Amino acid sequence: MEIRPFAKRFTQLEDITRATCTLRASGVHNEELALVDGQLAQVVRIKKDIVTLQIFAGTEGLSNQAEVVFLGRYPNLRVGPHLLGRFLNAYGQPLDGAPLPEGEGTELGGPSANPVRRAQPSEPILTGLPGIDLNNTLVGGQKIPFFADPDQPYNEVMAMVALRAKADRIILGGMGLSYDDYVYFRQTFREAGVLDRIIAFINTTQDQPVERLLIPDLALTTAEHFAVEQGEKVLVLLTDMTLYADALSIVANRMDQIPSKDSMPGSLYSDLARIYEKSLQLPEGGGSITILAVTTLNQGDITHAIPDNTGYITEGQLFLRKDSDTGKIIIDPFRSLSRLKQLVIGKKTREDHPQVMNTAIRLYADAQEARTKKENGFETTDYDQRAMAFATAYTREILAIDVTLDMDTILETVWNLFAAHFSPEEVAIKQEWMTKYWPS
Amino acid sequence: MAALTRGTVTGITANLVEIRPEGPVRQNEMCTVEAGDAHLLGEVIKVTGDTAFVQVFDSTRGLTVGSPVTFSGERLVVHLGPGILSKKYDGLQNDLDKFEGIFLQRGLSSEPLDADQTWDFTPLAKTGDEVRAGDWLGEVDEHGLPHRIMVPFALEGTWTIRSVVPAGTYTIRDEIAVLVSASGRETPVTMVQTWPVKEPLTVYAHKTRPYKLLETGIRIVDTLHPMLEGGTGFIPGPFGSGKTVLQQALAKQADADVVIVAACGERANEVVEIFTEFPELDDPRTGRSLIDRTVIIANTSSMPVAAREASVYTAMTLAEYYRNMGLRVLLLADSTSRWAQALREMSNRLEDLPGPDAFPMDLSATIARFYSRAGMVGLSNGKTGSVTFIGTVSPAGGNFKEPVTEATRKAARCFYALNQRRADSKRYPAVEPLESYSKYLEYPEFQKYAAEEVSPLWIDHARELANLLLKGKEAGDQINILGDDGVSIDNHLDFWKAELIDFVLLQQDAFDPVDQLCPLPRQDAMSRLVLDICHRHFSFNDFQGVRPYFKRLINSFRQMNYSEWDSPEYHHHYQDLTGILAEQATEMAL
Repeated sequence: MEIRPFAKRFTQLEDITRATCTLRASGVHNEELALVDGQLAQVVRIKKDIVTLQIFAGTEGLSNQAEVVFLGRYPNLRVGPHLLGRFLNAYGQPLDGAPLPEGEGTELGGPSANPVRRAQPSEPILTGLPGIDLNNTLVGGQKIPFFADPDQPYNEVMAMVALRAKADRIILGGMGLSYDDYVYFRQTFREAGVLDRIIAFINTTQDQPVERLLIPDLALTTAEHFAVEQGEKVLVLLTDMTLYADALSIVANRMDQIPSKDSMPGSLYSDLARIYEKSLQLPEGGGSITILAVTTLNQGDITHAIPDNTGYITEGQLFLRKDSDTGKIIIDPFRSLSRLKQLVIGKKTREDHPQVMNTAIRLYADAQEARTKKENGFETTDYDQRAMAFATAYTREILAIDVTLDMDTILETVWNLFAAHFSPEEVAIKQEWMTKYWPS
Repeated sequence: MAALTRGTVTGITANLVEIRPEGPVRQNEMCTVEAGDAHLLGEVIKVTGDTAFVQVFDSTRGLTVGSPVTFSGERLVVHLGPGILSKKYDGLQNDLDKFEGIFLQRGLSSEPLDADQTWDFTPLAKTGDEVRAGDWLGEVDEHGLPHRIMVPFALEGTWTIRSVVPAGTYTIRDEIAVLVSASGRETPVTMVQTWPVKEPLTVYAHKTRPYKLLETGIRIVDTLHPMLEGGTGFIPGPFGSGKTVLQQALAKQADADVVIVAACGERANEVVEIFTEFPELDDPRTGRSLIDRTVIIANTSSMPVAAREASVYTAMTLAEYYRNMGLRVLLLADSTSRWAQALREMSNRLEDLPGPDAFPMDLSATIARFYSRAGMVGLSNGKTGSVTFIGTVSPAGGNFKEPVTEATRKAARCFYALNQRRADSKRYPAVEPLESYSKYLEYPEFQKYAAEEVSPLWIDHARELANLLLKGKEAGDQINILGDDGVSIDNHLDFWKAELIDFVLLQQDAFDPVDQLCPLPRQDAMSRLVLDICHRHFSFNDFQGVRPYFKRLINSFRQMNYSEWDSPEYHHHYQDLTGILAEQATEMAL
């Protein structure tokens, strides 16, 4: 970290907590960066000449006579094509050896976009996963998380989606990533031959939790550069936002803030919104930022403050669940939702898409009801049995995450499933499309 | 005018800034804090000893102890005058269209009204008239609405008009009248005035209880839980239950002269949807473009939190201003929970002792006071105006037992509970019919109005439908416990009659061009038809016959809902319906 000449130096700390330290200093600016014993820190509170610094790497071993140097600048990153293919840590320093060019960068955590300068998202992002493309179509400029339990393969699914999504750039922000997952992402991107499109900012479980707080800003400032300056379609992957929120609560706790629901800081909603709202579609062929995130759940509990606040901010959620009938991991058709799909389905995809989607889910719901009936010991009708057979096939061929199909094949597959299990009256789709698409 | 108080920054915690003023300061006074080149706007929210605590409406990055501050002597005000309609403002009434660049640079502000635009002014008062604050001096045409130019609300006592300009073209800065007080003090009047947002605008003769139905075209609202002009209501619901779709349907369809949408801490893409769609849509009643009657206050979730708190007040003050022109204003705030969270963040930084869930202790009172600004008022000239307020609430975890929902329930008269189970089974709008209520059904003045102006049986229908739904729910519970063949056929009939009401009257397709808006006469006719069926006796040999029979009835009804009222298709499906009903009549005769 470069230190300017005449930088202010201090050597007497008044207080040390596990994440912060306090000293007497003057002429200090709010949110200014400092080095405390060589560790990066940021000003989080000033009261007269008492300055509180948040030390990202923690304060273990810190002496009360440590040297504090104020740097006179704010978190920033030099963004440009030189970052492509690179894996960086939470300070924007290379994890992969080769040094980066020095120099002043773009300030992180910039202001939000003026709503009147945004365009309405309108381009579908096809992922090849039928459970997403058919039922929860993604749209450029959208922000959507995977809700998944820790034992589910969310990082693998996300990597798969990222590779198929035909984005100009993929920015990965890893927070509390296991070292194994970090290696997995690196290998997957290398093997797919897309390193020239990737930039990754990684904080692993080996690193300090508070450092994670820097990752989303690094990733999104980089994304803004490519989307706004270069007009590119940028996909940002953020995993795992639950661990990010946990880091927020650690800092809030050290700052003596009163916790609200589930020990989370009262500002959790605003803190998460600041990140997710960076997703954006610019008008007239301009670039876009699409955010795909992971929020891990505790046993599927979406009422916890982190998924709950996330759900109110993001434009839907993709819910991973293990299906007991087929043993497959599926994209849950009931609990998943892409709020922006209405803008593209049947318009940018084939005309029958909305009705096929809704009808299949209705029939799948009938099967669920039949199953409950059966489990409760009531008799099932012929219709019930056909519905259940349909649901099993639909789960295997559409919902399971190990299937890859293009959009037209997805629709064709579903029409075939309709015809195999139901009469046209039971399917009851608009006559025009029944005539056109019902398999003869 | 006294010299403005200056001061210096002594402390900074996020957007809470401590300032030592060098002179007098007032609670809620606005000030400007200099952070380098940027001038940040802030509001005094607490004074302790020699320190003023200011919430700054912007990022405080780079602020330092000793930064100069200038107090304005004024509270946060909005500018009121022609040109507000169809504007897109932020929470502090900056015109978002006037900002350059993609990103909102901090410390910027823009003029809320267009100083150069000219308006065709017609005087409504003449020289020598005696007037008081709020009286109409003249009017201009604002997108087809009569925008009244009023005597400044801040003037006290009776004034005489010394002069008023003749009909002609003027800008908002031109003097259009001169008033003189009893003591001979003269004051010039232009078309623009200011008002502090946190002070209710009470310049009216009297406030009345609401009594007129506010038509929304949404059956579950109008028919079952009616909202009135000048009424209050709230829509709580977990995420994904269709709050925003319902609010947007209200914004598009409600029979109001002016609609103000406060997007308070919600998604930017939702306001972009309004910006994109409203100019393309026509007001179903006037044929004018929807955007012409709409004002959007966009303080989306990533915009500064303190300004989010201000945004709902800004929106309410604009609503009260148009109300005083004798207009019917609908104010929608999405979501009031985000506003409450903004209050929580500030109270937390002020180190106030927290109430439930760390919200401020006076949350309930703050919410109640805000809802009380809605209402129907009589103006001094005998005309009436109204502000109808509907807020959404985003309860944490979808659980209604949380402070914001509970506090709002005490303040609002209508409750539209969105239900996850209804949303999951795609029964939209997912308003739970039995849990929700409209207290206005009990207002005698509304009962009288509904009987005389809407339909003689409107209120009876609402009550009977609610009863049948309750009966159906109880029957459904019985069936679930005892099994299909463990209950009598009457239980099945009760259950399916409730399903009929649900599918035909309660559910409505917000994306279908016909079904999305159901006018009152059509709602009345549909209620009659459905109730007529509910009154009938049916005979079935066993329960297996009930479900398919009612499914056919429901299907015919739904096709009717999707057809233009009174069109050939409508009658065609109606014929189908009577045919299905006739089968039973024959069955019974046998």
